[in-house]
Formats: sequence, structure tokens, C-alpha cells
Amino acid sequence: MSSNAITIPGNQIQSRPWVDELHQWVTTVDHKRLGILYILSALLFLTIGGVEALVIRIQLMHSHNNFVSPEVFNSMFTMHGTTMIFFVAMPVLFGFANYLVPLMIGARDMAFPRLNAFSFWLSFLGGLLLYFSFLGGSGLYGAGSAPDVGWWSYAPLGARAFSPGHSSDYWTLSLLVSGFGSIGTAINIIATIVSLRCPGMKISRMPLLVWMNLVMAGMVLIAITPLSAAQIMLLIDRYLGGHFFDTQAGGSAVLWMHFFWIFGHPEVYVLIIPCFAFMSEIIPVFSRKPIFGYPVMVAATVCIAFVSMSVWAHHMFTIGMNSYANSFFTLTTMAVGVPTGIKIFNWIGTMWGGRIQFKTPMLFSIGFLFQFLVAGLTGIMMAASPFDWQLSLSYFVVAHFHYVIVGGILFALFAAFYYWYPKMTGRMLSERLGKWHFWLFLIGFHLTFDVMHIPGVLGMPRRIYTYEPGRGWDTLNLIISIGAFIQAIAILVFVANLIISYFKGAKAGNDPWDAWTLEWSTSSPPLAYNFATVPTVSSRRPLWDLKHPEDPDSRYE
Amino acid sequence: MSVVTTSFPNTAPGWQLPSRGKVAMAGLIIAESAIFTIFVVAYLFYLGKSLTGPAPREVLETPIFYTICLLSSSLTIHFAAKFLARGIKFAFLGFWLLTIALGGLFLYGTAQEWHRLIYEHGLTISTNLFGTTYYSLVGLHGFHVTAGLVMLLTVAVLGLCGHIGIKQSGHIEALSMYWHFVDAVWVVVFTVVYVLGR
Repeated sequence: MSSNAITIPGNQIQSRPWVDELHQWVTTVDHKRLGILYILSALLFLTIGGVEALVIRIQLMHSHNNFVSPEVFNSMFTMHGTTMIFFVAMPVLFGFANYLVPLMIGARDMAFPRLNAFSFWLSFLGGLLLYFSFLGGSGLYGAGSAPDVGWWSYAPLGARAFSPGHSSDYWTLSLLVSGFGSIGTAINIIATIVSLRCPGMKISRMPLLVWMNLVMAGMVLIAITPLSAAQIMLLIDRYLGGHFFDTQAGGSAVLWMHFFWIFGHPEVYVLIIPCFAFMSEIIPVFSRKPIFGYPVMVAATVCIAFVSMSVWAHHMFTIGMNSYANSFFTLTTMAVGVPTGIKIFNWIGTMWGGRIQFKTPMLFSIGFLFQFLVAGLTGIMMAASPFDWQLSLSYFVVAHFHYVIVGGILFALFAAFYYWYPKMTGRMLSERLGKWHFWLFLIGFHLTFDVMHIPGVLGMPRRIYTYEPGRGWDTLNLIISIGAFIQAIAILVFVANLIISYFKGAKAGNDPWDAWTLEWSTSSPPLAYNFATVPTVSSRRPLWDLKHPEDPDSRYE
Repeated sequence: MSVVTTSFPNTAPGWQLPSRGKVAMAGLIIAESAIFTIFVVAYLFYLGKSLTGPAPREVLETPIFYTICLLSSSLTIHFAAKFLARGIKFAFLGFWLLTIALGGLFLYGTAQEWHRLIYEHGLTISTNLFGTTYYSLVGLHGFHVTAGLVMLLTVAVLGLCGHIGIKQSGHIEALSMYWHFVDAVWVVVFTVVYVLGR
């Protein structure tokens, strides 16, 4: 085998002045750089959103606390929710999709590189716009600053009368702008996967990560757009005197809830499906076995995508829908557990009998499996509408969805970071710091979110600013807050690991994990053109075929 | 910097995938359909819920002529794209300009209708729920027609300068997909607003 890097005369290696370097990053249309920009912007907002979470936890640490004012507290939980969903989870997952999808299908870039850059800058500027509200939110009226009406901005709270000034406008516009960015990226991902696969990469041979990102992108097209539509309606209400959500003129507050949750629930799956994708790549590699039940995994993903489009009103059991609607949404919500369960069994089936290597990515993956299962089980509990009537809008719900988002999505993301960081930078993340990160975060996570279910059952409502002593909530809240700080320390360890390993980490080489997908066949970090010669594949594990010419997978297809 | 050391056997002739432009346009159409669906749902949900007048029955007139204009523009753009694919540039330009004229006529019709509603019947977007939902749904569609016309005009200018040839056929087909979509949406909006809504 001859070396097949394209030799470009000139200065690939020479260092440039930092202004040039910065200019290159800002004007880049390379999918790998944009992927990293997505991830870095998400890490920036993760830090901000994390600080907001800590402010919330300090305020709730004991009864009658007044660490911050009620107004600040309201804007903290609003900004925390909005930031984490739209400016952390979405960008970081798009970042990984951007980085990995072209590499995994043997393409040299996304289908539309400039649209890709445009979409990234839209999302990022959307985030900046949201945070500019801290400065510009009071507007001409001198009232309010950051949005403070909850991340779902229920009508009529979003109306002029209840959020004067411009705080809600910043919220609306930032979500609209970043929503357009998401749609652009989703279209790009779909076009890339459909049209740029390398020869031999039939859809039945695509890595599961690619499959699941295709499904995710399809869901973005259908799920993010209702939010954009609802935001346009809200803008019409606020600026043109429309009456969509104006109950005084016959408008309906419930319609806003429907529109928001038609976006909101599929959004959860938009976030979790790429995490399923990470699991489906990482677990096989560290179990030294191919994924168990590939076609079933694909079918289950598509099935989840379909069913999740019809479950949204389980967020609205307490508004008093009729019994048919309640039964329908209870049944669909429980039905979504079936394909999800199939996936969990498949991952366990992959691990079963494998030679499992407990490297950091695998530790986070196992954490994901366990916690996502528990999160799913409390989800099934809440799906039963009578149970939901009792516990909706309590801390039980907060615990449930943080179990999904932190215990599921964030753990999967950490696994992805440890797994693909060597490819992105050429250096391994430190295993020792990684183990510290894992165990600290695991302990902090369980202290916070296991315990958080209990005050919910005891009747502590979500979003309250403070509470009376003697209700049995004090100790529990203190434990929850301590857990939050342990998680914050773990994140610091993680960030330190990212920075230290970038300079001092062990050299990774092309394929540090002995993996099987195409991204590991090229250099780490890959050159701008990814592959000197576009690869041709003949099975689901092209690198296995290369490494084991005597026993290739293609023989069994 | 390390180099790529893995090489793959070069085989697989006849590997054909769909054009990325058409796939992307299909994606955009799906996304836009979802946006329109939400506005249509809002329109239907608020039918007859306005607390004050005027009601749709009293003020709306069915714009049959302008509807025919818009729908036939789908036909003309189809012919234009077909002629371009066969390399007959003159016919392409002719049908393309006809499409623009028909689209422009439709927009004129909308403008006239809005003028009548605002100045004769005093219906604005803030009058009542009907006004809010009507102007936003028809306006959203009108916005898409306008955006389409801007793109069509760009192509027309490029075409008149002689920059559009058989090579651009794929792009033109993607653009005509968008225009067909705008027409299809009008069928839905027409049905909802002027047939069911009265």
C-alpha cells in the first residue's frame, strides 16, 4: 500500500500569524472546522448555562434563602433551559454530526459547505442575541431584562402585557434565528448522506451513526419548524397587534402550548437520537463485537421518530383535555418505550460475550445505558395521565427530564468526546483525568438527580423561588445542591483534560481504538480533503475488511 | 503531519446517487410544509372564533382568475425546465418570463384584495382573529411567492445575459420544484380560506 496523501506544495505545516489563523477559522467552510466551532460554542454556552444552574441551586439550598432576587431567579431558570437546549445540546450534536458524517461515509465535505458555515453562524449569533438581552432587554420601557417567563414562554406570559420591554423579543428572535440555522444544517446533513456516499456505501452499509443522524435531521425538518411558525405568530402578536394567543380577543393560550410541544417533544428525540448514534458506534468498538441487530436498530430509530411525533400532549395532561386525548397520548407515550427498549437490549446484546475494555468512553456509555433506562422508566410513570396529574409541575418532572438530558444525553456526549477527541486533535485525552471526571460526575449526578425525585413526590413545585422550612425539603435540597457542585468540579476536570491533553496528550495515530468505520482510516486530525482517494467499501465495517483480508465482513453479506 | 496510509481498492463502477440540489430542495419543502401546516391549523382552529366582525363570509371574494394564473405558472415553468434540459434556450427564456409574469399577476391580485379588505372593509391584522390568521397565512404564502419571484428574476437576468445553459439544468429543476411547491401550497390555502373558511 502506498502512501496516498495529496502533496500540496507550500505551507501546510508552517505556523501562521494568529490573525491569519483566526481569519481562517471565521471564514472556514470546512465541515471539520465548523464541527469544532459548533462544539466550542456549545462548550461556551454550557459553561454559562451551568453557572445559571448553580445560581438556581444556591438559591434553593435552604429555606427562605435570598441569594438572588425572585426576578433574577426567574430569568435564571428561563435562560438555563433555553441555553441548554438550543445553544448547548443542539449545537454540540450538530457539531459531531458535521464532523463525523462526511468522514464516515467517505465524503470530502458536506453537500453545501457554505450553507454549513451560514447555519453555524446563524445558530451562534442566535445565542449571542439571547444573551444580549441582559444588556438590551429593558428597551425603551425600562422593564425586565433577560427573558423570565420560562423556556416555553406560555401564553399569555409572552404577550406584551406580561412581558413588557424586549426580553421576550430577544428570546423569540434568537430561537427563530437559530431555528433557521438548524433547518439549514438538517437539510445539509440529509443531502450529504443521500448524495455524497462513497462507492459501495449502500444505505444498508452506512454506520449506525450516519443512519441515526439522517433520522435526526429528518425530525429537525418537521419538529423545529412548528416552533419557528409559533415564534412568527408570537412576533405578529407582539409587534403587529395580532391575536393568535390573545385570550381577550378570543385567542387561545392552549394553542401555543400545542404548538410549543409539537416542537418540544420531538426535540427530545432530536437530541437523544444522535446520542443513540454515539452509543451504537462506541459500545461495539469497546466490546470488540459488531453491533447486535443492525437492521432492528435502524427500524427502531425510524419507529421512534414516527411515534415521537404523536406524543406531545403528554406535557399537557394537567390542562384538562378530554379523556380520549388523555388516553391517546398515554398510549402513544408508552408505545415509544418499545423501540427504545429494543435499542437498550441491542446494546446489551452487543456487550454480551464481548471482551469489554473499560476505557473512559465505555465507562460513560455504560453510565448512559443505566441512567437512560431509569429516565425511561420514570418517563413511563409520567406517561400514565393520572400519575402525571399528581406529579406534573413538581420537582419529580424536573428530576425526570434532567435524568434524560444529563444522565442520558450528556453522558453519551462525554463518551463521544473521549472517543473522537483523538481524531479531532491527534492527541488522546488523559485516561487518568477521564476516570476522575467520570466518577466525580457520576457521584454528583446521582446525588443531585436521584434525590431530586423525592421533594417532587413530597410536593415541591418546580420554579418556586424559595420555600417554607419544616416541610422536609431542606436536607434534600441541600444534598441536591452539593451534588450540583460536585458535577461542576467534574466539568472543570473535563475542561482541564481537554486543554492539557491538547498540548501534552499522547499521540493518537490514525486508529487508536482499533475501530472499524471510515473516519479512522484517515489521519488524525484529517487533512482538509479528508481522503486522498475516495474509499470504496464492501461491508458495514470497511476497516475490519482492510485489517482482516482473510476474513472480511463482506463475505457474510 | 502524518499521512494517510490506508488505501482502498478502487472499484464499483456505475455508482449513482441523487443530485444534492434536488434532495436539499425536497428537504426545504418538507420543512416549509411543516411551517404552513401550523399556520393552516391556526386558521382552521380560529374559524368563527372572532369576537368582532368582519367575518370571512362577508368580505372575502374567491380570486379565481389569479388562482388560475398561479397554477398555470407551474405548467409554464415545467415547460421552461424541459426546454432547457433539451438545450432550447430561446423557448426556455420565453416560458421563464411567462412564469414570472403569471407569478407577478398573482401577487398583484393579492395586493388588490388586501387593499380592498383594508380600505373598504377595515380589516387589518389586528382587527380580529380572522384578520390575524388570514393575513398571516395568505401573507406567508405571498412572501414565498415573492421570494420565488426574486429567484426567478435572478435566473431571468442571468439567462438574458446568456449565462444559463444546459449545464444549469439541475439548478433550474430544483428551483422549479420550489415553484411547484408554492403553487401546491396555494391549493391548500385556497381550499382552506376561500372554500372551507366561508
